[in-house]
Amino acid sequence: MSKEWPLWEVFIRGQHGMSHRHVGSLHAADSEHAIKNARDVYTRRNEGVSIWVVEAEQITASSPSDKGPMYDPARDKVYRHPTFYDIPDEVGKM
Amino acid sequence: MAGTSNPTQIDGQLFEFLLRQGDNVLVLGHRTSEWCGVAPALEEDIALTNTALDLIGQTQLWLGYAGEVEGKGRSANDLAFLRDVYDFRNVLMLEVPNEDFGRTLMRQFLFDAFQVPWLTALCASSNQNVADIAAKSVKEAIYHLDRSTETVIALGDGTEESNARMQSALDYLWPYVGELFGEDDVDKAMHEAGVAPMPATLRGDWETTVNSTLSQACLTLPDSKFAHSGGRTGFRHTEHLGHMLATMQTLQRSYPGAAW
Repeated sequence: MSKEWPLWEVFIRGQHGMSHRHVGSLHAADSEHAIKNARDVYTRRNEGVSIWVVEAEQITASSPSDKGPMYDPARDKVYRHPTFYDIPDEVGKM
Repeated sequence: MAGTSNPTQIDGQLFEFLLRQGDNVLVLGHRTSEWCGVAPALEEDIALTNTALDLIGQTQLWLGYAGEVEGKGRSANDLAFLRDVYDFRNVLMLEVPNEDFGRTLMRQFLFDAFQVPWLTALCASSNQNVADIAAKSVKEAIYHLDRSTETVIALGDGTEESNARMQSALDYLWPYVGELFGEDDVDKAMHEAGVAPMPATLRGDWETTVNSTLSQACLTLPDSKFAHSGGRTGFRHTEHLGHMLATMQTLQRSYPGAAW
């Protein structure tokens, strides 16, 4: 068994109303410890009002080698963007 | 003593009281800062350095106010860097060497468990400056206690080696805890002026925190009631404070008045 603490991904909400953003990762023995470490490593300059931690191995990520089938088909579907409407000047900024 | 004290005596005793507060956090802050760059894990290194900075920040407030009360134009920096061993008023527990990570965190815990109820009580001080400094410091102390409690439990209830190290840290530090609850004329004068409670009245709270944490940490409370003293009165420091000050003060001693 490894003696290294598990890796945790850290998400911080900068201010009320914003969403949590991934800021980095760190090692910690358990989730409570990870929150404390995140507080000390990532919020020491007043960066946050809320912290989430997720054990890195709990994250399922898409595989970079699937990039073609995953994302290429969306590249030529310009009609999925709402860019084909004429907006009257009276509407102003959207 | 009340009624017989004149204002100068009160100021002198308030000055002593403020030195005790400031020197406690200055000496512990410096000891904690010795871990900067060499702590056992990057995360702990940053956390300990944050703690050290919190303590040095508190020092600036206590010693800054001490200098004002003394009225001789000494700043917090003058008090920190230009006094010698016997002018320091910290409790002895805070000046002994870090030894290892276990003793460092055990000491932090034993001190935090005192500091939280103590600063909480000082928030109601009759002296507004004392109350303001305490209100700012207590939030930091609560976090320090949270963190040191968790670490003491994790290491005490950890491996055979970590448990043995924590037990030996506790055994080593135990004779020093009694001084936290000492009482002398300064304490009585502060108590009578409503500046601070008698430290001994916090012993019950402190014991509750310490007993519950140490039992979760699978550690045995030492039996001895012996208590070293001499730090908070300046009567007798350990041999270690002089060495610590030699490092801490070397720049101001070598280049008097040097500034950024």
